[in-house]
Amino acid sequence: MADLYPIKVTVNGKPHQCSVQPRTHLVDFLREDLGLKGSHLGCEHGVCGACTVELNGNIVRGCLTLAVQADGGTVQTIEGLSESGVIRDLQEAFVRRNALQCGFCTSGMLMAAKELVEQMPHANRAEVREWISGNYCRCTGYHAIVDAICDVLQQRKEAA
Amino acid sequence: MKAAAFDYVKPTTIDQVLALLQQHGDDARLLAGGQTLMATLNMRLSEPQLVIDITGIESLRGISVQGKVLRIGALATHTDIEFSPLVARHAPLLKAAAPHIAHRAIRNSGTFGGSIAYADPAAEWPTCLLALGGTVVARGPKGERRIAADDFFTGLYSTALQPDELLAACEIPLAGVDHWFGFSELARRHGDYAIVGMAATARREGDALHGLRIVLLGVDATPVRARQTEALLEGRALDTATVTQAVASLRSEIDPLPDLTNTPDTKRHLAGVLLHRMLPTVATASATA
Repeated sequence: MADLYPIKVTVNGKPHQCSVQPRTHLVDFLREDLGLKGSHLGCEHGVCGACTVELNGNIVRGCLTLAVQADGGTVQTIEGLSESGVIRDLQEAFVRRNALQCGFCTSGMLMAAKELVEQMPHANRAEVREWISGNYCRCTGYHAIVDAICDVLQQRKEAA
Repeated sequence: MKAAAFDYVKPTTIDQVLALLQQHGDDARLLAGGQTLMATLNMRLSEPQLVIDITGIESLRGISVQGKVLRIGALATHTDIEFSPLVARHAPLLKAAAPHIAHRAIRNSGTFGGSIAYADPAAEWPTCLLALGGTVVARGPKGERRIAADDFFTGLYSTALQPDELLAACEIPLAGVDHWFGFSELARRHGDYAIVGMAATARREGDALHGLRIVLLGVDATPVRARQTEALLEGRALDTATVTQAVASLRSEIDPLPDLTNTPDTKRHLAGVLLHRMLPTVATASATA
């Protein structure tokens, strides 16, 4: 068995010092070591997007990132975004538009949507579709998710 | 699935990486963005004893103009390239191609150097590097050497890089005022592996192209140049008859390998479709699709 590797990482604003196996990917670390079960694992090879989390300010595939690679960095998960309220409007729009059914993809979808509405505030419907094309949803057919994100883009534009 | 156990080391200099490669040989794998390696580790298609994380090496980062070339550090991410003003100005083909690569979360992590070194024949960057007539800068125990893109991709996932070498950067000639380029690919869903794709560059004089490089992805074991079609189009006015002739030439000169869902004939047809769409853009502006 490989040696444990010490890491320091700030997750949702809280600093952690842990030792991890090098092979442990970021979402297994978040779920199993820190108990943050909001990030999900679907395919574990980078296709489905359920594991999307923020590392050093940008969304990444949590299953294609080693926990040791987060050493010295900052991670945001759906738990952190929910508690801080920064995506309250997205969450409310998802509910209002029925943009989830089983909910498995939702945390990853919200992580991706957050980066979209922040980085491309003028995104059109086609751009929204393109952006979330890396996140699979097997329930909704996507239409309601696109509606929800477009609602928030519009709301934020009006509020700005 | 979960990756098999491995040891992990994060060196801070290229010399340390080269020493580790010499010591561990094929038991070691380099980790940059990890967007290919991690998937193969998780599926246990690859079980290295040691993973060497090169993301701590500052000299592998950055995008800069150095003399007559644009230097793209091995660790530049797809997102870095997509939004780099230097890339937009000096190698606009790369900016046009970047959005076709996977999805945002993957573009935020995956690297240019990783894509070139992995040499997936369906990937965008190897095809673009070849179309741009770029050069790979490799660092090895004997120092630095440069390998032209034309000589770099030697087979399926195989390159001219030696096992004890590290890809440090790529260099791309700066686009001149007469630079023309096109990029287009066909995929069933955005971000999926393309069925077939095409990157092309040339110097434009009036309505004619000179020094063409037309490169296809997804048709062979490496990105492949359509040299007969390049020669056919050299300096010719791109009237309808010439375009038709070029499309026919392309379809006859390539010998596509099938993939799981597409036959060679499908790919041959679609390659012609891409060229047919791309050439008329010469008269207007550079093509992006």
